[in-house]
Amino acid sequence: MSMEVDLLLEARNLRRVYKLPRTSILGGRAERHALRGVDLALPAGGSLGIVGESGSGKTTLVRILLGLDRATSGSVLYRGRPIVPGRPHSLRWFRREVQIVFQDPLSSLDPRQTVESIIREPLTCLQIEGDHHARVLEVLDAVGLEADMRRRYPYEFSGGQQQRIAIARAIAAGPAVLVGDEPVSALDVSVRIQILDLLRRLATDMGLALVLVSHDLGVVRHLCDDVLVLHEGVAVERGPVGEVFTRPQHDYTRQLLAAVPRIRTSGPARTTRGG
Amino acid sequence: MSLLEVTDLTVSFERGPGHRSSGRVKTVVDGVSFEIASGHRLGLIGESGSGKTITALSVIGLAPDRATVTGSVRFDGQEMLGRSDRELSKWRGDRVAMVFQNPLTSLNPLMRVGNQIAEPLRQRQKMSRHDALTVAVELCGRVGLPDPRRTVRAYPHQLSGGQRQRVGIAIALACRPALLIADEPTSALDVTVQAEVVALLEELVAELDMALLFITHDLAVVSGLCDQLAVMREGKIVEHGAMAQLIQDPGDPFTRALFDAAARTAVDAPVSGEPFGVSPVRMPG
Repeated sequence: MSMEVDLLLEARNLRRVYKLPRTSILGGRAERHALRGVDLALPAGGSLGIVGESGSGKTTLVRILLGLDRATSGSVLYRGRPIVPGRPHSLRWFRREVQIVFQDPLSSLDPRQTVESIIREPLTCLQIEGDHHARVLEVLDAVGLEADMRRRYPYEFSGGQQQRIAIARAIAAGPAVLVGDEPVSALDVSVRIQILDLLRRLATDMGLALVLVSHDLGVVRHLCDDVLVLHEGVAVERGPVGEVFTRPQHDYTRQLLAAVPRIRTSGPARTTRGG
Repeated sequence: MSLLEVTDLTVSFERGPGHRSSGRVKTVVDGVSFEIASGHRLGLIGESGSGKTITALSVIGLAPDRATVTGSVRFDGQEMLGRSDRELSKWRGDRVAMVFQNPLTSLNPLMRVGNQIAEPLRQRQKMSRHDALTVAVELCGRVGLPDPRRTVRAYPHQLSGGQRQRVGIAIALACRPALLIADEPTSALDVTVQAEVVALLEELVAELDMALLFITHDLAVVSGLCDQLAVMREGKIVEHGAMAQLIQDPGDPFTRALFDAAARTAVDAPVSGEPFGVSPVRMPG
């Protein structure tokens, strides 16, 4: 049964070592091990959350998964084909399959382009066939923006709307995988829930597989089936979200879960003054 | 009588020339009233742009010069609004202190951490350089910085984010203020570090019997820390009351939507199979 799973994105034993700047003209360069052998597998239609704190290697992992950075050793495969950074056109086929939404929508949208040309760009660059204008209208509708917003510029929108534009651009080419690098952490709580619901709806409607990188365990819980906990470049724990979050096996996962602030419905445990 | 009584606080800005609505007045805090009795802890929550930070800054007299601040801010029964910069400056640091969101921008990058903690002690309490540094070392230990004797000699960039925020707290506590204002002190920190810093604040507030005004966008952080809660939206306090009661039974629809959104993205929220896209309240965005 497990042999039948349609695997999209796969990483095998990824390692990434950064050489640090020389601190003395005589000394050698120190090394930083950002990833120390990480494996992952994303089946079609699956959703994987990658959680970890700053410095855990989340961003390095995403960059390598997207073919933006080269692993020191190990490999990334998409449907069995290796993903290695190279000339832009060599990964064009891969870009049609895997798209990304970044943390800060305003800095990831070109301020001098209209919404329409922002969403059209991947269609042109990736040589997608068909009526591009019609496709723009289609994805705008899918992310809950109105058709005549396409003539406006990014700064005219709220943070939540900007993130919707970024999502529209990401799904325009009809990818099979959507990667989100902290896609909601810059948003207010009430907007965050709307974007999360949107991502979940798109995943269901379009059969998208999701990779969600977040430091927010609640966000991963809300959106993902599986979770991978990254700590100092090692995947210390992985499994179905419900299981990992209710019965964490690794000490670090336990520590992380214990640290998440929870809404205490009873108010503070201690009463005020000399209690 | 409460330690801090804020009544009908209104902060507005006149749009400068060149702005498309030049000359018009924009009110960012609109008739805000709340009070904090000594030893009590008020959580002030709201989304970005709701006016939380400017409220806090106006209370301690740090609103930008362009701002027009009206209403009343009484501390220990004395009106603080409209006092001279000199008086306000003495009041801050002595009786009220603030911890900011980003410790890297609120600390002086060119000054050793120990001197930054010692500065208010030397200025306010006229301590000698040596005595002030001794107290700085003690404070470093008290806020949980490792190896206080060495840490006081470090510069901010040599410390981690959590350690820098501990330094920020040490500076704020140096003169043992009666009221501590913390503006999103943990929002820039990792969850495990955030938990440590919140626990530290909770401990210190109880130990020093300080009143606390804690500003955040995260309900979960204040729900365990504060006994009072105020919810801000578009410059107004839409809800104010005892924490436990408000969380269980919010009266205002905006507060309810906010709490609902927070509960649904909580880490222990039930993994729901509910229909998608059912937002309880329609909000711009």
